Amino acid sequence: MVEERAAAFTKRSIKTSAKLEGLHIAFSMLDLTTLEGRDTPGKVMTLCHKAMHPAHERYGVSPVAAVCVYPNLVSAAKAFLRGSPVKVASVATCFPSGLSALQTKLDDTRTALDAGADEIDMVIDRGAFLRGEHALVHDEIAAVKSLCGDVHLKVILETGELVTYDNVRAASMLAMRAGADFIKTSTGKVSPAATLPVTLVMLEAIRQFFFTTGIRIGMKPAGGIRTAKQALQYLVMVRETLGDDWLTPELFRIGASTLANDILMQIAKSSDGNYQSGDYFSLS
Amino acid sequence: MRKNKTRKITPSAADVPSHRTAPTPPAERTLRFGDRWNYAPAPEAPVDIKIRPRYELFIGGKFVKPSSGKYFPSINPANEEQLAEIAQGEAKDVDLAVKAARRAYNGTWGKMSGRERGKYLFRIARLIQEKIRDLAVLESLDGGKTIRESRNIDLPLAAAHFFYHAGWADKLDYAFAGRRPRPLGVAGQIIPWNFPMMMAAWKLAPALACGNTCVLKPAETTSITAMHLAEIFAEADLPEGVVNIVTGAGNTGTAIVNHPDINKIAFTGSTGVGKLIAKSLAGTRKRLTLELGGKAANIICEDAPIDQAVEGIIQGIYFNQGHVCCAGSRLFVQEGIVEPVIRRLRNRLRVLRVGDPLDKNTDIGAINSRRQLERIREMVDSGRREGAEYYEQSCELPAKGFYHAPAFFTGVADSHRIAQEEIFGPVLSIMTFRTPEEALERANNTPYGLSAGVWTDKGSKVFKLATQLRAGVVWAETYNKFDPASPFGGYKESGFGREGGKQGLAAYLDFD
Repeated sequence: MVEERAAAFTKRSIKTSAKLEGLHIAFSMLDLTTLEGRDTPGKVMTLCHKAMHPAHERYGVSPVAAVCVYPNLVSAAKAFLRGSPVKVASVATCFPSGLSALQTKLDDTRTALDAGADEIDMVIDRGAFLRGEHALVHDEIAAVKSLCGDVHLKVILETGELVTYDNVRAASMLAMRAGADFIKTSTGKVSPAATLPVTLVMLEAIRQFFFTTGIRIGMKPAGGIRTAKQALQYLVMVRETLGDDWLTPELFRIGASTLANDILMQIAKSSDGNYQSGDYFSLS
Repeated sequence: MRKNKTRKITPSAADVPSHRTAPTPPAERTLRFGDRWNYAPAPEAPVDIKIRPRYELFIGGKFVKPSSGKYFPSINPANEEQLAEIAQGEAKDVDLAVKAARRAYNGTWGKMSGRERGKYLFRIARLIQEKIRDLAVLESLDGGKTIRESRNIDLPLAAAHFFYHAGWADKLDYAFAGRRPRPLGVAGQIIPWNFPMMMAAWKLAPALACGNTCVLKPAETTSITAMHLAEIFAEADLPEGVVNIVTGAGNTGTAIVNHPDINKIAFTGSTGVGKLIAKSLAGTRKRLTLELGGKAANIICEDAPIDQAVEGIIQGIYFNQGHVCCAGSRLFVQEGIVEPVIRRLRNRLRVLRVGDPLDKNTDIGAINSRRQLERIREMVDSGRREGAEYYEQSCELPAKGFYHAPAFFTGVADSHRIAQEEIFGPVLSIMTFRTPEEALERANNTPYGLSAGVWTDKGSKVFKLATQLRAGVVWAETYNKFDPASPFGGYKESGFGREGGKQGLAAYLDFD
C-alpha cells in the first residue's frame, strides 16, 4: 500500500504554470551538498556561489536554502556565504556511519557549531537501532540536540540500512521524540537512498507526531533525487500528505547536488521555450 | 563565528530540549490543503477521437440498422451533452443476432481448434492494447470515469482478460483432470455501465476461448466502447457472427434472456434484475451465472497500519465514483482507532480532486447518469433522516454534469438503510466494533456476499477473518484488486458462478 500510494504521486500531471511554480519552490528547498573526501575550500566556494547566484537573474531563481558540508569546511562556507540568506548545514556525529563513542560525536558536532553551522545533520547509530537499543539512539539524539540548542537538528535515519518500513517509522518517531527538528532519509553514501515510499512513511510519521504533540517537524529526503521531475513528485507528496504548511524550506528540504542544474535547465526551458545545452549551466 | 549557548555534554532524560516553536494546541492541529501550489489543468484532449454520430447494431459481422429504426441518445455525464445516438435493438434484432451466433457456432467457431481460437483472442488483445489511449478517452467520455482509471485500470485489464483467456483456448482439454470439456453453444451476455469495456472483456474472453459464440448487450448509458470493440473484432477478422452486439434498454435484455435458442445467460448488474432473470430461466435448460450487487465490509482492526488502511478505504469506496459492486461500502473500524482513522480520512478526502474526468489529475469523475445521481442523493437523505452524521468534501463541483462530492457517514447503525442497501456512489458508511468476532458477525449480516476487506498487521487474524467472511473475494491489506487469473463472484444474493481463472472457464463449458 505504501508503494502504491507513493506511485500515485508520480501520476499527477504537473504542467505549465504549475510546473514552473513547483520548480521554483523545489529550488528554494535545496540543500546543495558536497560530502566528499576530496572537498576543499575551493570546491566549497564554487558551491556557495552557485547557492547564492544559481542562474541568470532573468530567470528569477532565488538562492537555495542551505549548503551542506563536512564540519571542517563550515567556516569556509560561512565566509563565502556572508551576508546571504543561505544557511550552512554541517553533517556531524561521525558521519556517515555514526559508529563512534558519544563523546567523539559530540566533539564532532561542537566543531561544526563552533565554526558557525546553522544546521546540524547528524546520523543515528543504525547498529544500535537494529540490535534494539532504541533508548541509546534516543539519548544520543537528545544529547546532540541539547548541544545544538537553537541550531536546527536534522536526524539522518539512513533508511537504506534500516530496510523495513516498520523500522523507518519507528526510527522516525524516536528521532522526533528525542528532539529532531527535521528527519532525513539518507547520508547519500548508501544505496538505496531517498525513495518516494520511504519518504511517505516518514511524512506519515511527521503527521502523526503533529497530531499528537502539535509540533511540526521538517522532512529532508536526500540522495538519489537527480531530476526536476523527481523533485516535483516529492513536492506533490508533501502537498497531499502534510498540506500547504510544509511547502516551505522551513519544513521541507531536498538534499542533492546534481538536481540543482536539472531544475535550472527546466526553469530556463519554461522561460526560453527550448532546452539549453548543459554547457550553459555551471557544473558546480 | 557565532558562539553557541548550550554547552552541556551528557543530558539526563529530563533534559529533552524545549526547542522548536510552541506546540499548536489540540483544537488547531489541522492540516491546510489550500492553494499554496495549485496544479494546472492537464486535460486529455479528445480532439482526435472519432466518435460516430450514430452507432448501429453489430450482427453477423456487419453494422446493421435496428429493425425499429429507433435510436436513443448517449449522454456525456460530465457535461450532459449528447455524444452519439445508439441503435435501439429489439426482440427481432436479438433474434437475428442469436441466429447469426448459432450459424457461427455450427459453421466456424464451434468446430475450430482451440489453438486457432487462441490466435484470434491474442489478436484482439493486442488490438485493444494498441488502442488503449483512444478507448480510454471514449470510456471516460461515455461513462464519466476518470481518464486516470480508464487508462491505467479498465483498459489494461480488458486487454489482460483477452490475453489470459487466449492462453487457455488450446489447453482446455488439460485444465479439468479426467473431464472432457465442450462449449455450451450461444451465450447471451448482459453487462453493466460501471466498467463497460472491462465487463465486456470479462464476459466475452472466456466464452470465446471455450468455443462459444456470443450475443452481448452493453448497458444503455455506456454502449459506445462496445461498438468500438466490435470494430476491433472486425479488424481482427473474427469470423462473422461469433460476437454480436445488440444495444438497447431493459427490454432488449429481456429478449436475450427469453430467447429459446440461447444456451447460457451471463448477467452482471443489480440484484433486482438478477432475480427476475433467475425466475424467467427457471424450468429452461439455459445455464446461468449472475454477478450482482454487494455491500462489502471493510474491516480495520486496531493493530492495522492506519495510514495504509486509510488508503485502502479510499480505494475501496471512492474508486470509480463508488460505482463498484464490490466496493468497500461498509467500513468497520475498531473502537480504539476511530478518531485517528476518521481524522486521516477527512484529510485524505480533501486532496481528492473531483471534476472533469478527462483531466489526468482528477480522482473522482462524473456520476454515470442523472438517475444514479438521484439514487445516491436519495440514499444520502435517508442516512441523514435516520440519524447518521454526514460529512462531505467541500469542493466546488462543475456547474454542468452529474457530480457528487466524496462523502461518508459516521454513527451508522446496522439497521440504517445506508448500512444495508447498495448506494453505488462515493458515499461510505462507517461503523465501529469492539472485537474481531463482532465485526465478523456483523459483516456477514447482509443478504449480499461479494467481497470484503481485512486490515490488520497480524497474519493469523487475516486468515481467521478471511476464512469466515461469507464473501466471494476477501482482500487483505489491499482493496479492489483484479486479475484475470483470480476467480471473482459472489455468495448469497451477490450471485453465483465465477468469472476469471479456471473456475470462470467452467462457467462456459459442459463436460462429458
